[in-house]
Amino acid sequence: MFGSPLLVGVIRKAKARLQGRRGARILQPYADIWKLLLKEAVVSENTSWIFRFTPYLLATTMLLSALIVPVLTTHAALGFMGNIIVLMYLFLLGVFFLALAGLDAGSAFGGMGSSREVALAALAEPTVLIAIFGIALRAGTTSLDGIITRFAAEPLLMLNAGHLLAFFAFFIVALAENGRLPVDNPATHLELTMIHEAMILEYSGRYLALVEWAAGMKLFLFLTLLANLFFPWGVALTNTPVALLGAFFALAVKLALFAAAIALVETSVAKLRLFRVPELLAGSFTVALLAVVTAFFIR
Amino acid sequence: MSIDSTLMVDLFLVTFACFGAGAAGALITARSPALTRLVANGCALVGAIAAGALAVAGLAGGNMTFNVPDLLPIGGAAFGVDRLSAFFVAVIALGAIPTALYAIGYTRQYAGKHSLAGMGFGFNIFVAAMMLVPLARNVLTFLALWELMSLASYFLVITEHEHEETLRAGWVYLVMTHAGFAALLIGFLLLARATDTMDFSGWNAAAANLDPTSRNLIFILLALGFGSKAGIIPLHVWLPRAHPAAPSHVSALMSGVMIKLGVYGLVRVAFDWLGTGPVWWGGTMLIVGAVSAVLGVLYALVEHDLKRLLAYHSVENIGIILLGLGAGMLFQAHGLEALAALALIAALYHTLNHAAFKSLLFMGAGAVVHATHTRNMEELGGLIKRMPQTAAFFLVGSVAIAALPPFNGFISEWLTFQSLLLSFQISAHTVNLIFALGVAALALTSGLAAACFVKAFGITFLALPRSEHAALAREVEWTMRAPMALLAFACLALGVAPSLILAPLEAAVFDLMGAHADMKFDWSMVVANDNFGWVAPLWIALGLAGFLMAIPLGLRLIGANKRRRYYETWGCGRALQTARFEYTATAFANPFKRVFALLYRPVKQLDIEFHPESRYFVRTIAYYNEGRLIFEDALYRPLLRMIEAVAHAARVLQSGNVHGYLVYILVALVALLVLAV
Repeated sequence: MFGSPLLVGVIRKAKARLQGRRGARILQPYADIWKLLLKEAVVSENTSWIFRFTPYLLATTMLLSALIVPVLTTHAALGFMGNIIVLMYLFLLGVFFLALAGLDAGSAFGGMGSSREVALAALAEPTVLIAIFGIALRAGTTSLDGIITRFAAEPLLMLNAGHLLAFFAFFIVALAENGRLPVDNPATHLELTMIHEAMILEYSGRYLALVEWAAGMKLFLFLTLLANLFFPWGVALTNTPVALLGAFFALAVKLALFAAAIALVETSVAKLRLFRVPELLAGSFTVALLAVVTAFFIR
Repeated sequence: MSIDSTLMVDLFLVTFACFGAGAAGALITARSPALTRLVANGCALVGAIAAGALAVAGLAGGNMTFNVPDLLPIGGAAFGVDRLSAFFVAVIALGAIPTALYAIGYTRQYAGKHSLAGMGFGFNIFVAAMMLVPLARNVLTFLALWELMSLASYFLVITEHEHEETLRAGWVYLVMTHAGFAALLIGFLLLARATDTMDFSGWNAAAANLDPTSRNLIFILLALGFGSKAGIIPLHVWLPRAHPAAPSHVSALMSGVMIKLGVYGLVRVAFDWLGTGPVWWGGTMLIVGAVSAVLGVLYALVEHDLKRLLAYHSVENIGIILLGLGAGMLFQAHGLEALAALALIAALYHTLNHAAFKSLLFMGAGAVVHATHTRNMEELGGLIKRMPQTAAFFLVGSVAIAALPPFNGFISEWLTFQSLLLSFQISAHTVNLIFALGVAALALTSGLAAACFVKAFGITFLALPRSEHAALAREVEWTMRAPMALLAFACLALGVAPSLILAPLEAAVFDLMGAHADMKFDWSMVVANDNFGWVAPLWIALGLAGFLMAIPLGLRLIGANKRRRYYETWGCGRALQTARFEYTATAFANPFKRVFALLYRPVKQLDIEFHPESRYFVRTIAYYNEGRLIFEDALYRPLLRMIEAVAHAARVLQSGNVHGYLVYILVALVALLVLAV
């Protein structure tokens, strides 16, 4: 819960280094959020309660999701609440309200951001579910801890082209869902190229702090899912302090690797034109479908 | 628990006495519109509540039979209740109770312009016929009621018959529903001849001995007949025309409830009357469901008529129901009874949920139309400030139909996903692939549905009003708000306490298939297939509510700034901010139009009129971006042309000569005799 801004900071730092800049310190996102929390919020007079309600709901869905995802141990605090599909719908609930809030101020940018964001979210959805199908096929379950336990117990299940394909598809979707390059540029300052940033353009003060924190949280959760579902090494199967400590370091290493990978991707590729993005997503969908097909034929 | 069958019969009689009284009362009180509204809709309300009680008793295990031998030839009128029938009566009651209440206020605007007595009469007959359809127990009873339902709804659709468009919509509906009726009639008669009985109860046992060709033929005919009523693609063309044309309370019933009787028929055909079919039946059903779901929501996305958008969503949701139904048929064909029961439960649960949120949404749209006199979303906007309660109810419906927690659409879609994902237990590669595509289609559909309702709610209710109508809108009266509140509550209740409905559904499906579903549930949890997946809807709802309250408190505790200042929306420094700057529904849908251009085949035209002096000054710009309807163009136009050609050719027979006609009669008679011998 508190680690997510750190992850954002690490990615920004790594990106800056790759681009030959020194970059801000990795704790900078914490300072940003704190500064925003202390500022007065400016709200458009066109808006309704939806606009003010959304940041709280968004933060709520992220908190709830964070307690469902097995981060360090397989026993997530609220793991009984649902499986991976429930998780995906909680994310979608956040996107739904954020898109409504984007329309609420009546500015053209907000509407544009909302329209594009929901379009991409909708197109990413089949890939997510097919990738989940691919995992469920091999693990025999859609429960998060069940998948991790199964893969940790039988690592041979992962030695399979399908596993890698599903991972690859999920990685692309994680980039798209979190508004990273090559789909969206989180650092852009030009409204017309924005997607996520355009949608939240009207937010300020504590609202923006919540939205920014939630965005970082979503990235953190997606990467944790990638790390733990596809490479379950180090996840604590028991709640002993030693196992937890090991899990903490294992997760830190895995997330650092992912952060480096994202920084590398964002430095080396340009943003795709909006109407090329569906091709990327269609590609990732095909990869996910291949993962499922291989699972059917090699079993 | 055993329920006295005389109690059931009493409830049955009370129900239909109420509808009869409503229909008669509407005609008697025709002189006083205010009284007609109250009597006709009030009787319908009481009747629907009694039907709800009948359904609850039936779901609890009550049986009854009720026959009127002399009312109809061949077997008389026969009615009976089993759990499946009771479930569908419950679905209809869930739609009919709020709509009857809603109609009391909503039909006020028709006073003086249209015949309220006719509307009240038609409404009572329509609801009564719908409730009797699932209770019918032989062929003639079923078909007579089916036709009564179609005709009553046709007359309700053309209420606003002064509009050319409404009449055309009614015509398309009438033609499609009778084409479907013809398919049903042939299918039923073939099945009755093959099994030697017109009684539904005898079909299941006899159908297993049918030869495969005629069984397949009967399946296709019945599936086409019921499918056209359900609105599956490509038989959906009447739906987006007829539903918007009808008065909103009738649209709510047609879209939320009537099309579900098509689902009822399909369930009966696939799991009762014809017994377990070959694999391709289920496969076809699943593919048709996937296509209907995806295309339905894609058409809804580019639609800017609020009610037509909702009508296309009905096509989508029928698709989702068929995904569950098709999955169930495939599981059954592979001998996995427990999974088949799970998939069927998912489909039936979604049927009930769709009745709740679609009726709610149509009533919300009706309230918007009532207040603004337009269905065009491009003229709406900002209504959340003018009609806060309607907006809140519409938002609940939107979140529910987008299948987001903690509302009811989420649970049934989750169950459908579980049953599709469990398909890996079948070991046949082609079937596995069909299931995988079903998963993808359902995922795409739910994403697009969320997008579409961001548009529907956002453009209609948020930001600034786009026309004077919208700016001057007023909240509707309580008789229209109360039923919306009721259904909004139902959406939440069905979403957080699924065991309320899963328990009777499981019993109904057990009665039908003789197998328990591969699931466990209690008041807080639903578990599919021994920990394959689970969801705790009540806890999710509580978790959401808890954190929603905790976060603002937490922010205050750590000393966040709680001041808020209102200022104008940022517009790149432009001084003026009007509704013209807002994103429109067309613009919102444009990314989808570009991505799925293959389907929409948009026709673009840009007309610019320049100033005669200089091309640098533009006088007017007109931009057209119309989509074409490929099914109309590719399927129905050629069909119509063919029928027209045949009709032209048949004109030769019409000589106008009486002797000629006598010869025809003789020839036909001889031919019939020869055929019969």
